Amino acid sequence: MSTLSERILRGEAGSFVDVPVDRALSHDGTGVQALTAFREMGLSRIARPDRTSVVYDHIVPANNSVTADLQADLRRFAVSNGVHFCDIGEGICHQVMSEGVVIPGEVVVGADSHTCTMGAFGAFATGVGASDMASIWATGETWFKVPETINIRLEGKLPEYVEAKDIALRYVGLLGAGGATYKAIEFTGDNSLEMDDRLTISNMSVESGAKAGLFYADDVTCRYLRGHGRDAVPQKAEDCSYVREETIRLDDLEPLLAVPHKVDDVRPVSDFEGTPLDQVFVGTCTNGRYGDLKRFADIVKGKKVRVRTVVVPASRAVLLRAIETGVLRDIVESGAVVGNPGCGPCLGAHQGVLGEDEIGLSTANRNFKNRMGVGAKYYLSSPTTAAFSALKGEIASPEDFP
Amino acid sequence: MKGTAVRLGDDINTDQIIAGRYLRTTDKSVWAEHAFEDLDPNLSSRLKGSVIVAGKNMGCGSSREQAAVALKEAGVVAVVAESFARIFFRNAVNRGIPLFEVPGGCTCSDGDEVRISLEGSWVEINGERYRALRLSDKMMEIIDAGGIIELRRKGI
Repeated sequence: MSTLSERILRGEAGSFVDVPVDRALSHDGTGVQALTAFREMGLSRIARPDRTSVVYDHIVPANNSVTADLQADLRRFAVSNGVHFCDIGEGICHQVMSEGVVIPGEVVVGADSHTCTMGAFGAFATGVGASDMASIWATGETWFKVPETINIRLEGKLPEYVEAKDIALRYVGLLGAGGATYKAIEFTGDNSLEMDDRLTISNMSVESGAKAGLFYADDVTCRYLRGHGRDAVPQKAEDCSYVREETIRLDDLEPLLAVPHKVDDVRPVSDFEGTPLDQVFVGTCTNGRYGDLKRFADIVKGKKVRVRTVVVPASRAVLLRAIETGVLRDIVESGAVVGNPGCGPCLGAHQGVLGEDEIGLSTANRNFKNRMGVGAKYYLSSPTTAAFSALKGEIASPEDFP
Repeated sequence: MKGTAVRLGDDINTDQIIAGRYLRTTDKSVWAEHAFEDLDPNLSSRLKGSVIVAGKNMGCGSSREQAAVALKEAGVVAVVAESFARIFFRNAVNRGIPLFEVPGGCTCSDGDEVRISLEGSWVEINGERYRALRLSDKMMEIIDAGGIIELRRKGI
């Protein structure tokens, strides 16, 4: 009997396999480096353009002429090779992949560490570097060591104001930043998590060092994919052996933070109430989906944020839905700044980089020192905690709002 | 092969190896020049001929291959760690950098002489020999060729 990773990769844990890549993904950052490597390999044509995506999300629109020139070169290459190309404004690559591109059982390899997000669909999805991507462009294949698997059972129902991000922070804190290195995580259990929740949870699996973070495709998955025009069938779990098993009782969870400067330094929000903030940021491949924006908007609606607040939708589809439902209006009226779909300030390049000694609260997945601003501090939280904190101008719990 | 130890701790992330603000270029010398800038601004000058000896989870975080390229361009001979983050591990192999994973870690200080053997899978520091995990044949083939680009260029 096999784990989901073993089934998809067709090999036992510990063995090395060569596998065709169903979806090869890169973006304006890593794609440029992959193209350099591809040319150094003496190549110009992508073997499987039908299975290749290039999505512009990291620094979009370009912030200076150097970036613009690099993006123009990759754009010409991608278009002339006939790949699935998404130019500026379509959204974050992982979000675009989640809107009907990736289906259960696929092998998804991305030149971005958060490619593990697609594990939410029951795909084996993992990140690689740029020359691995160039190599996949060349052959349509890659090699893997089939990982051992850690099982995390998510049991029960989340309390009010506690959400998927708190689950993600909880298990990253539990495993530690290197606790799942070389391993896959399978998330199972009796719960009512929707696709958006699963995407948030799978997204952060790399923060524990994991190679992949998978949910079994079920009726929730299939219904979601049908809504995006794709057919899928559920995956049945088999009895299999895990190297470690953990259970998280969702009913017992409370709102959590990852505090500066480690993703696995996870503490209750209540311990940090009153910490003054210079900026709140809501967005990214972790928490920039429609549900995230809606929860934020429902809390700030009719009120004013008391700290500068940046909200960046994860994709054009998310932005359009937020416009249609009035969520965007609520956000803008609250005093927040809305950016174009993309990664926003997450990687510290533009659209809300912090200054020295400033303190930010972000719904992103990394709070590494200097990442979102040299000399700044970043706390990570859910969009709900971000909303309550934006209204107070300091880290705040729902309990502060009777 | 041998080099001079540059000792680093646990969970060194790729943002620390090369910061995001230096990524948007194809000029490899920029990454070598600014390597580890946010960790220690003087560190990059010590990388030529060095062996990096890190703790657990070396190279975690972003998939940016510029981190591995920065080390190669700066003249790092090899990287030894108690464990590696897997994307950095693959990137370093693909860039032809010899890697040594030593479970349990090594006793080592900045400036120690570090002798290494990829074929023998060992690391020697101050007369103490540490066994490293053996790389797969595929990884050895890539490192021997000088990296994945050189391997592909030969049509393999």
